[in-house]
Amino acid sequence: MHEVGLMQNALEIAFRAAGEKGANRVTALGLSIGSLSGVVPDAMRFSFDAMTPGTIAEGAELRIEEIPATCWCGQCSSLFETDDILTLCPCCGTPSADVRDGRDMRITFVEVSDDGG
Amino acid sequence: MAGDPGSRRTVLSVDESLLGHNEEYAARNRSVFREHSLFVANVLSSPGSGKTTLIQRTLTDLAPSRKGGVIVGDLATDNDARRLADSGAPVTQILTGTMCHLEASMVGDALGGIDLSALDYLIIENVGNLVCPASYDLGEDVRIGLLSVTEGEDKPLKYPVIFKTVQAVVITKIDMASAAGFDRSAALHNIAIAAPDAEVFEVSARTAVGLDTWYAWLESRMKQEKT
Repeated sequence: MHEVGLMQNALEIAFRAAGEKGANRVTALGLSIGSLSGVVPDAMRFSFDAMTPGTIAEGAELRIEEIPATCWCGQCSSLFETDDILTLCPCCGTPSADVRDGRDMRITFVEVSDDGG
Repeated sequence: MAGDPGSRRTVLSVDESLLGHNEEYAARNRSVFREHSLFVANVLSSPGSGKTTLIQRTLTDLAPSRKGGVIVGDLATDNDARRLADSGAPVTQILTGTMCHLEASMVGDALGGIDLSALDYLIIENVGNLVCPASYDLGEDVRIGLLSVTEGEDKPLKYPVIFKTVQAVVITKIDMASAAGFDRSAALHNIAIAAPDAEVFEVSARTAVGLDTWYAWLESRMKQEKT
């Protein structure tokens, strides 16, 4: 379960961003997770819930946007989007070897507040 | 409290990879490998697929013409490292403890103890795991996935994320295929779905069946790296 380590990275980025803004709370965190990234969103949520208590992100909301894979089909000469992890072309059923998007996992936003000094 | 109505909230837009740290180390490793014209393979499989046996045999058989080294990741023992050292090749062990995969920084640290200029190729034997290592670029030139005949033909379909990233699949323990009731055509079909562009090899490191074509491929990739 490497999601714990990835969540650690996400929280470090969030805490740094909050610190740079002089904010003392993180109220929400946005992630985008590609369907071929090898990351299970539920495991990310579990890690978030386990790791945030006692930090400035305690009680924050985790919003995960799941990004479908974008692949190139050589048979149809076209791009297609799919949630199918085997990346089969929806037109001709050929498995794609050319994955253009859907492998990334990124932090997209951090919502902070500066209440309570 | 975060939920106070009076609190002022600000949304900061951030766009950073959660693997940014690993990507930096992987790029650093890659440039070290380039500098030494070194061909580097990251070998991935489930526990017990025969990674160590295949690597050991490969190091020994190629030794007259090509000098190889190994970095081996293991959770808790140095058994694999000791077996690999029997081949006479330099072996560096990374003990990962509870960590289920190798990261680029661990490989980068291990490189310091290896005389890379004496090597033609470096094999990184990842921790036996078909899930987590998929996400971690180590700076390698190729990823090689192993699948033994005893594991079931549908493994590529069960772990497509990792099989989607490999350039070669080695079916191992082929000498045991009939005893295991291995359905070869189903396995090849499933590999073609999960890894359509991968080279496929069918070998037995014990009987040497199929090793010639495997070695020829490694040789061609090494030559590519030297030019």
